[in-house]
Amino acid sequence: MTELEKKGFSHNFIQSIVLYPEKMDEGRILKQIDFRFPVYYEGMKAMKLGCPTKVKSRRYTVCDRKNKEKTMKVILQNLTKKFPGRSKNGPKEIAAVDDFSFEIPDGKLIGLLGPSGCGKSTTLNLLCGLQKPTSGKIFFGEEDVTDLPAEKRGVGVVFQNYALYPHLTVKQNILFPLENLKGAQKLSKAEMMEKANEAARLVQIDDLMERKPSELSGGQQQRVAIARALVKRPRVLLLDEPLSNLDARLRLQTREEIRRIQRETKITTIFVTHDQEEAMSISDEIVVMKQGVIQQTGRPQEVYDAPVNLFVAKFLGTPPINVFQGRIKGQKLYIGEEVIMETKDLPDQEVFVGVRPEGFVLSKDGSFSCELKGVEVMGRDISVVCANRASVNPTIRAIISAENKVDASRALVRFTLKPGKVFVFHKETQERICFLKD
Amino acid sequence: MDKKNWKGWLYLLPAILFLGFFLVYPLVDVFIYSFEEGYNSASQTYFGTGLYNYSYVLHDPYFLQAVENTFILVLITVPVSTGVALLISMGLSSIKPLRDLYQTIYFLPYVTNTLAVGLVFMILFKKTAYTDGLINLMLSWFGGNAIDFIDGPYPAKMFVLCFYTIWVVLPFKILILTSALASVNRDYYNAAKVDGTSGFRIFRKITLPMISPMIFYLVITGFIGAFKAYSDAVALFGTDLNAAGMNTIVGYVYDMLYGNSGGYPSYASAAAIILFAIVLTITCINLLISRKKVHYV
Repeated sequence: MTELEKKGFSHNFIQSIVLYPEKMDEGRILKQIDFRFPVYYEGMKAMKLGCPTKVKSRRYTVCDRKNKEKTMKVILQNLTKKFPGRSKNGPKEIAAVDDFSFEIPDGKLIGLLGPSGCGKSTTLNLLCGLQKPTSGKIFFGEEDVTDLPAEKRGVGVVFQNYALYPHLTVKQNILFPLENLKGAQKLSKAEMMEKANEAARLVQIDDLMERKPSELSGGQQQRVAIARALVKRPRVLLLDEPLSNLDARLRLQTREEIRRIQRETKITTIFVTHDQEEAMSISDEIVVMKQGVIQQTGRPQEVYDAPVNLFVAKFLGTPPINVFQGRIKGQKLYIGEEVIMETKDLPDQEVFVGVRPEGFVLSKDGSFSCELKGVEVMGRDISVVCANRASVNPTIRAIISAENKVDASRALVRFTLKPGKVFVFHKETQERICFLKD
Repeated sequence: MDKKNWKGWLYLLPAILFLGFFLVYPLVDVFIYSFEEGYNSASQTYFGTGLYNYSYVLHDPYFLQAVENTFILVLITVPVSTGVALLISMGLSSIKPLRDLYQTIYFLPYVTNTLAVGLVFMILFKKTAYTDGLINLMLSWFGGNAIDFIDGPYPAKMFVLCFYTIWVVLPFKILILTSALASVNRDYYNAAKVDGTSGFRIFRKITLPMISPMIFYLVITGFIGAFKAYSDAVALFGTDLNAAGMNTIVGYVYDMLYGNSGGYPSYASAAAIILFAIVLTITCINLLISRKKVHYV
């Protein structure tokens, strides 16, 4: 390690000075350096580069995000949170988060997805430090933050109800986290305003700074909450059900907005939702949870295309997957008495068969017959509602292209099934047994 | 006017009649008496009209003493009791075990009779030929001299009266403030905590503004209540408050009507109107201040 590295300069920076000293003008150096750390300052003196006058007058400056390793990966290691059980006869402890191990890549948007009560919010609280884990560890980058209090973790949180201070204006709300800074981090009024304005511009609310939260629409409040969470440049941004308080149209718009902000800031972002559509649409990766246990992680499409168990298959997708009682006999998959398709190397057993709504293809001589109950026209495509005795739910929904004509007066419809859209699950463990690909 | 309106008025009639007879009419009457010199309620006669009653009352040393006492009482007890109540309710809402027990204990004075409390205070503070009282006993441990709090020097008496008043009004304020504190959404505190806000700043910037409407309510009713203080003084110092030098404005009004020097409804009315004017002014000032400081959300 060189002298300069000890002083906190990045390896790349030193190399570029050594290799191309003539190219390192004042502006470039300014861009590279985060002046909040005095070591940089001293380092510059050591290099006899001299201190630019601009730096002297302003102790701190907004650092250039692209060159700073501000964002970081988040690692959860066997994270467990148990709460004391309430009921006398029930278990003594309830694990809200159970042995949670997961690595969140640097600068990505991760959706924590699961039905209510599955421990998503507890996970979020553990991440931001409002709750302490029973066991396990949390790392931000290389740093173990498990025992750090919330304020020292450098996280920004957007709460479900936004938690904007109602008696303060938008500006005061955004300034609030900055005004908490103490000691060496303390900023001057002008610097605070600059940072607040920058955050406000990022979420496009710079013209609403003097309003009170009650004078804003739900979407605008949401943006203010994001700006307040971002103004301190957190290492990790946490969003708790960010869209649940918005109406349908605004929800679409806001989720794109969150995506854009995340892309621009490149801050590792974790957001919690029970809405699978929301999670799938904007996340780089999703984590599907059930009762405190991770079911599956992966890119949204991967998880959708290859669910590991019946729960994940049921949870993702609208309309939901159709589930049938089926069985495997003599290398053939049966639903009811009908042979659906061939299977390979599977022992005879009772199974659950899941078929995605888009996995049905109308076909006159299809192997799978259903009792037709009705046809719903949705413009782009049509939804065929039918019934089958083997179905777990009373109705089956098949989505087919609107170019197909379905005669609603017919009693029976026949389908063939697309192999990639059919999943076979073990009857007891509900784990997926196989894919049925060609 | 809408045709159906008479129905609305009909429904309101009982209340209007009731309030009219027992509230508005007496108020107007008191106002009129205060300008009638030497009004006699038995014969319903008076000598003349004018500001004589006000002049008499404002020159009466007993009244001036009463005004002084009342103002001291108000200015000490309202801020102190509100502040102490806030401290206690903050404490109550931050503890978990035994919280209900403490809440009950702190609420007990509210359901206790004023005169009974007065009696207890007498026992604590009064110095008799046989005993110096409990408080004096404790004072003597620290080398203090025995003071007669009930019949002794004025500051000692005023101290007891203030102490007593604060103790009596505290439970209601604690009750209101604990519920106000409980109604503040936890998310505000969580958000502040994540942002590294210090405890004092959370209190000043979040808790106080959030419960400011309740504090304001307590201050307004506290002022009005303290200006109307009377029974507290009677409970401690007996009915002859003028002799004890501990009379209040309401006590003066009572004395003018029924006391030893009673039978002067005109003076009583004038004093009552003066009290009304004082309370009105103070309340208006409070309202003006509250416009800036109180946040209704």
